[in-house]
Amino acid sequence: MAGTQSPVRVPAIELVNITKRFPGVLANDRVSVTVQHGEVHCLLGENGAGKSTLISILSGMLRPDSGSIRLDGAEVGIRSPRDALRLGIGTVYQHSTLIPALTVLENLMLGARSRLMLDRDGARKRLAEMAAQLGIEVDPEARTGDLALGRQQQVEIISALWRGSRVLILDEPTSMLTLQGVEELQKVLRRLKERGTAIVFITHKLHEALAVGDRVSILRRGRLAGALSSQQLASSSMEDLRAEIIRLMFGEESAEIAGAAELNTDLTDVEEESGSSTPVAEGDVFLELKSASARGEGTEPGIEEVSFQVREGEILGVAGMDGNGQRSLAEAIAGQRRITSGTVELFGVPVNRLSVSARQRLGLRYMTDDRLGEGIVRNLGVSLNIFLKRIGEPPFWRWGRVDRRRINAEASSLVKAFDIRTSGLEARAGTLSGGNMQKLLLARELSFNPKVVVFHKPTYGLDLKTTEHVREVIRDLVRDGAAVVVISTDLDELLELCHRVAVLSRGRLAGVVGNGPDAVDQVGSLMIGMSKGQEAA
Amino acid sequence: MALETETTADAALAAGAPTAEPSRLVRWWRTAMRSLAPVILALIAGGLLMLALGRNPVSFYVNVWQYGVASGGWQNSAVLMAPLLLIALGLIIVFRAGIWNLGYDGQYLMGAALVAGLGPSILPSWPAPLAYVVLFLVAGGTGALWTLLPAVLKAWYDINEIITTLMMSFIGIGVANILVKGPFQDPTVNIPQTRTIPFDKMLPDLGSTRVHIGVIIALGAVIVVHYALTRTSFGLRLQVLGANPRTARHVGINLRRVIVTSFLWSGFLVGIAAAVDILGLWAYVRANWNPAYGDAVIPFVFLARLNALVVVPFIAFYAVLSTGGDLAAQQVNLPTDFLLVLVALILLFMTVIEYLGRRRDMGQSYLSPGLKEALRHPLVRRRSAQ
Repeated sequence: MAGTQSPVRVPAIELVNITKRFPGVLANDRVSVTVQHGEVHCLLGENGAGKSTLISILSGMLRPDSGSIRLDGAEVGIRSPRDALRLGIGTVYQHSTLIPALTVLENLMLGARSRLMLDRDGARKRLAEMAAQLGIEVDPEARTGDLALGRQQQVEIISALWRGSRVLILDEPTSMLTLQGVEELQKVLRRLKERGTAIVFITHKLHEALAVGDRVSILRRGRLAGALSSQQLASSSMEDLRAEIIRLMFGEESAEIAGAAELNTDLTDVEEESGSSTPVAEGDVFLELKSASARGEGTEPGIEEVSFQVREGEILGVAGMDGNGQRSLAEAIAGQRRITSGTVELFGVPVNRLSVSARQRLGLRYMTDDRLGEGIVRNLGVSLNIFLKRIGEPPFWRWGRVDRRRINAEASSLVKAFDIRTSGLEARAGTLSGGNMQKLLLARELSFNPKVVVFHKPTYGLDLKTTEHVREVIRDLVRDGAAVVVISTDLDELLELCHRVAVLSRGRLAGVVGNGPDAVDQVGSLMIGMSKGQEAA
Repeated sequence: MALETETTADAALAAGAPTAEPSRLVRWWRTAMRSLAPVILALIAGGLLMLALGRNPVSFYVNVWQYGVASGGWQNSAVLMAPLLLIALGLIIVFRAGIWNLGYDGQYLMGAALVAGLGPSILPSWPAPLAYVVLFLVAGGTGALWTLLPAVLKAWYDINEIITTLMMSFIGIGVANILVKGPFQDPTVNIPQTRTIPFDKMLPDLGSTRVHIGVIIALGAVIVVHYALTRTSFGLRLQVLGANPRTARHVGINLRRVIVTSFLWSGFLVGIAAAVDILGLWAYVRANWNPAYGDAVIPFVFLARLNALVVVPFIAFYAVLSTGGDLAAQQVNLPTDFLLVLVALILLFMTVIEYLGRRRDMGQSYLSPGLKEALRHPLVRRRSAQ
């Protein structure tokens, strides 16, 4: 697909077979991307698809495990951000890196090679030239903290070019911009292209990629899922492109299942297999959110007025791009985050004021997505890690004294039952592989009569076999009468497991879709932020 | 290809990858080296320094041994160990939970002032065991009370405890001075100091030695604290909170309760240290007196990796160095402050090893993640330990 560019031009940047592995996650798996001079190359993909890792490698923040980078045809090693700048690769990050108390001019001079004396007049002249070239109006003496976000970003772009960058990386540049800001950015991009700058444009918004990209590469789970060349972009209709990109972003299988009518029967088979032979709607409501809101933390948005019900024996999926409030939702249910308005009810009883452990005693379990950062204590043994949610409870603790023998006996049968591969019960949990860590968490959450379980990205970063194992465990769970919420960015997974799929978008529930032949399309549209209705209008 | 291997090793290290786990023996050896190396290096560097000053380091260290251990010197060292150990235990408890209690001076002096102020009235008139118990509880309770405000501010409002405990410490030192110069002032002397506890009402000595039973109390506390930290649910909760506050919240540990209780126990033990020290050794408190035991203890607490048993030999080492060193320094005509130089050298080498350890994978850091976090962001609220 992508091999149709003319061979005469030497690409500005070639990333060849870049692989980067983090513990338990293959962030980039043999990704190859080519960017030409005077071209905007969009990298499209959900968060966690590997975009950030890829640009971190390009900008020198990370080093690849394998693969090579070619700049104007010559292989280069980018070992640090300084190297990247020296080679003419400038990056504009999502969040401003300008110093708000300094003026535009001062910020720009910070980045320049420092001589003893500052050349204020020279800098001013240069800024005027560059601003004129890019069609930007900017007051050199304005404090950057006073500028609008769009203006700040333009200063960042100038700052990146200030050091002679010929390759410009823009990381989610529109996420903080108003509509007008986006338009101005597009204007600047056009000017940059005329200058011959190669631009890497990172986004997870489909329409943006189509609007600005001369070429679009789609990343999915660390791999290059596909690429659309400029010819394809020019010749295909918007509708076809959209369908094609949704297919690439969210997986081929789901699209096929959705598209091909004869496969629909298979899907219902799967549902029957998962124990829903009795109509789901008749079970008791185990978990209910009534316009529940919670505040976000850091860059993670909160949730606003989310309402849904999950019944006995039902699996509700929560789909959405990463960073749309998933963590807030999970933590609000688990009791780790305060609910600011609305209620969370377990078995018809409001539990807003109950602590994490009180909710656990009612049968609620939350399996976190952040295994290393939240799930386990690395330096603690496997067996104690399994029992972390039962600290102080008899019969494992009596009068506050730990009964190691009892814990180890129970842990050893759980290790066997959940197939945790470990060198021993006392081995530090930090030494387990990602999959085995996940099994450890499963053992912890599911071993003591769970009734309502929230899974957050249950199979993220796991190999196929473990993934299947985890999904089987979830199906068993609802067969035994539990209610389950699966929060995942992997739509295939949700369609395979769930009875209904809710879509979370910017902390709000964009809609709930019954799992059926149209589900992929409906969910995909809801995720990208245009419902069917809007599109028709 | 050296370049490439370095890259991969670095990447694995940066990501904390579960690379091949070194054997238990190797890990133990690394930890032991990391704990002992700063002390050994400091003694060597101190020796070189003495050479440079034209003193004989060998005779200095021999004298330290002579005065600090041999010929009855061990008794003075043992007596000094009592408050040091109790303070070390108090610090270990909070440090394990990833919390800094740097208010030990204020907590100690508040306890000391009350014991020295009330002791001379209570001890002669009450039955001895009752009086001791009351004085111990008063001192321990005061120490605990002095941590309550920082504890509540941290638990409920996530306010950095480094700042609050230090500020409470200054207040405590000031209040103790007011008590000594005001209500507890000995009316028979012109010096600002409390009355003196009668000699026969002090803590009893062991046999014919000068070692009082406070030392036994401190060693008993070592056993109790070690047991509590390693065998009870309380200890595990502290450990989980210290290792990762997010995990602690996730698994349903009541963070506020753990933060407040660990602070209270810490202050209680520091207060008990004051009671043992006043009732066993000093018998009175003079205004503006501050032994600053905690400052001396902190490096050894980290060298012992917050282990209540392992800290005992380290404290013993310091006690010997301190008691023997005072006299030994005078012998070779050095100011007694030279001992502070030795402690500072230990800290210096700890820093060097910490830095090298981060560069190469040399065992674990002296500080737990929670403690590091508090140091990095002393002025902002931390969202992690909500």
